[in-house]
Amino acid sequence: MGLTGIQIFKLLPKTNCGECGVPTCLAFAMNLASGKAELEKCPYVSEEAKEKLASESAPPIRPLTIGTGEYAVKVGGETVMFRHEKTFVNPPGLAAVVSTNEDDASVQGKMDRFKAAQYDRVGLKLRAEMFVVNDASGDAGKFIALAKKVSDGTGAGLILKSDSVDVLKAAATELKDKKPLIYAATAANADALGELAKAVECPLAVKGDGTLDSVAALTEKLTGMGLKDLVIDTGSRELKKVFEEQILIRRAALKDKYRPLGFPTIIMANEMANDLMDESLVAATFIAKYGALICLSDFQAHSLFPLFLDRLNIYTDPQRPMTAEQGIYPINNPDENSPVLVTCNFSLTYFIVSGEIEASRVPSWLCVQDTEGLSVMTAWAAGKFSGESVGSFINKCGIKDKVKHTTLIIPGYAAGISGELEEELSGWTIQIGPREASQIPKLLKTWKP
Amino acid sequence: MAFQPSKQVYSGQIREVTLGVGDKAVVIGGKAAYPFHSFEGSIPHPPKVAMEIWDKDPTEDWCAAAKEPFKDVLADPAAWAKKCVSEFGAEILVVQTKSADPNADNRPADQVAETVKKIVEAVDVPVVVWGVANHEKDTEVMRAVAEKCTGKRLALSPVEDGDYKQIGAACLGYQHIVVSSSPIDVNLAKQLNILLGNLGVNSKDIVIDPTTGGLGYGLEYSYSVMERIVQAALTQEDEKLQQPIIANVGNEVWKSKEANLSAEDAPQLGDPTQRAILMECITAVDLLLAGADVVTLRHPESVKRIKGFIQKMM
Repeated sequence: MGLTGIQIFKLLPKTNCGECGVPTCLAFAMNLASGKAELEKCPYVSEEAKEKLASESAPPIRPLTIGTGEYAVKVGGETVMFRHEKTFVNPPGLAAVVSTNEDDASVQGKMDRFKAAQYDRVGLKLRAEMFVVNDASGDAGKFIALAKKVSDGTGAGLILKSDSVDVLKAAATELKDKKPLIYAATAANADALGELAKAVECPLAVKGDGTLDSVAALTEKLTGMGLKDLVIDTGSRELKKVFEEQILIRRAALKDKYRPLGFPTIIMANEMANDLMDESLVAATFIAKYGALICLSDFQAHSLFPLFLDRLNIYTDPQRPMTAEQGIYPINNPDENSPVLVTCNFSLTYFIVSGEIEASRVPSWLCVQDTEGLSVMTAWAAGKFSGESVGSFINKCGIKDKVKHTTLIIPGYAAGISGELEEELSGWTIQIGPREASQIPKLLKTWKP
Repeated sequence: MAFQPSKQVYSGQIREVTLGVGDKAVVIGGKAAYPFHSFEGSIPHPPKVAMEIWDKDPTEDWCAAAKEPFKDVLADPAAWAKKCVSEFGAEILVVQTKSADPNADNRPADQVAETVKKIVEAVDVPVVVWGVANHEKDTEVMRAVAEKCTGKRLALSPVEDGDYKQIGAACLGYQHIVVSSSPIDVNLAKQLNILLGNLGVNSKDIVIDPTTGGLGYGLEYSYSVMERIVQAALTQEDEKLQQPIIANVGNEVWKSKEANLSAEDAPQLGDPTQRAILMECITAVDLLLAGADVVTLRHPESVKRIKGFIQKMM
């Protein structure tokens, strides 16, 4: 992908001045090649080299941001076809459509549910980010009022959708500080919308006629006008065809460095299915396969929550396990006589163990030790869940002040540490728990201090 | 200049495996392109949707949403099986032998096998028998099942590193399919298939289960291991990985906390039935996209929607 470090090195001044922050031009070139440095750091690079490097080293899929503030959505910037090759970096923004011909109560309901459907999970906030504001009547005043209502009421990012250049012009001019996405430039209006997007400095979507050629023609025309922040809608609405296009677009951008398709894509799931359940499956398809913005007809918790989990799972860095925070987790309102369990901080272990304890309805204390995201067996094998580390954690975490008894339940897979652990925790009894979390409720239900 | 899409070059193909016997036997696998990439390679058989049933009454274990569609048959596995096939369109049945679990009912192996036999005789679609992942008990149960259902080409699962010799031999002896099961790791999946080959199991009789994680509970691991298996099989000629894949989706998803929370317990998570169905469907969609040839589902609504999804994607 792009130029190699050596190819870049040939374009640099080769003076090894060190002003870029690394000692040699070669080292700087290597950093540029791996995306760890920016060319601007070199004060002496020639204009010619700059131009060449800029076009070669630009990310294959244009990164851009829609919206501002806490709901701003960064999309694009992806570098791989498969998440296991590295990671997917910018999770797709999720949007619901509100329309100027929709009654107030319905719009308000969507806004309320947008705000309500926010969940915490492993220290992350799961929530939707955007609204598509749809112009159904060509009335600019109504359109702007609706966009403002949604924006002011929620802070969400906006996608301004209209067939009328005049309506988009009025709205984008009024709302340009919110950095909305203007939707959408077609063969018929690309000149006018290109000028508008340039003037208001907002990203612009292009909408093709269902062929990738038509998309490329539009993006080439608009980049020729000096626009950079573009989003692709191919215009197709048939699931199988959209899937094929998403694969081909990502592949063309990454493998062939084909610039006209090197932009994030928008998926109109609301126009591809008959109900919210099927829309959600369309959304899931393109969370996995390369959608950057996904539009639904509505926000409903039963659909959003699974989609948030899906997005979280697909966009988790495969090289870095998700972790739960080290500490004491009270479950089912425990007291001084409740059992104390200890486990590792691999997020899955935490979810499963805490879920089983919760399901048992037995008040319990769960102590989660930082094992750098390793599971019990792996952490034990790596010496990160040893008698010493668990003992020191239990001694320091404060659980001793919370209970009157002196029994600690450890995972069955870590049975081998019990001897050493007893030495670390003088006066405590180490009870070996089950190997599988599913057996925890059985143990807890009969547990006595 | 017209845009020329670059094509992925495929050098391998997933083997075809036939499950079951007779008119309703089902062929899975066979694809010579990434999942649903029919625009650049052959995909002769669409992925199949299996439905799971339990060999014991799950009333105490299942939430209301899961029980509702089966409420008249939950205590009668054979009737339940028939209902899945005739009413809900199951293409394959997966019998989870939960009654055998040594940590719960611990029903004796021959009784478990007798129930499985009744189910197999009640339906004409292929049957997968899914054990409790306890090597000793699964070995006993699967041996008994294999013998009682000789020649039916059932798929026996999970066949793991710790019991592949015993269950593999039973499959060989009584003509059944091995579901080669490994813990989310490409190399372990490959190694077990090599061991099964050494034992004499024909590669036409092996399906891979790389372990399924449900949505929010490790789905990403299963997703990526499947993509890697399919990549190795189709583009790196790794012939020991060229086996169809089965994902036991329903069983995983429905045991997660969020699939079971009622509206009273979690009003902020919306309608419990639709939420659980979507959790099941989204897990299935992801694993189908990653390369599963069979997804096992619990709820009839999920079956309907996933069948619709597959149809639209083919």
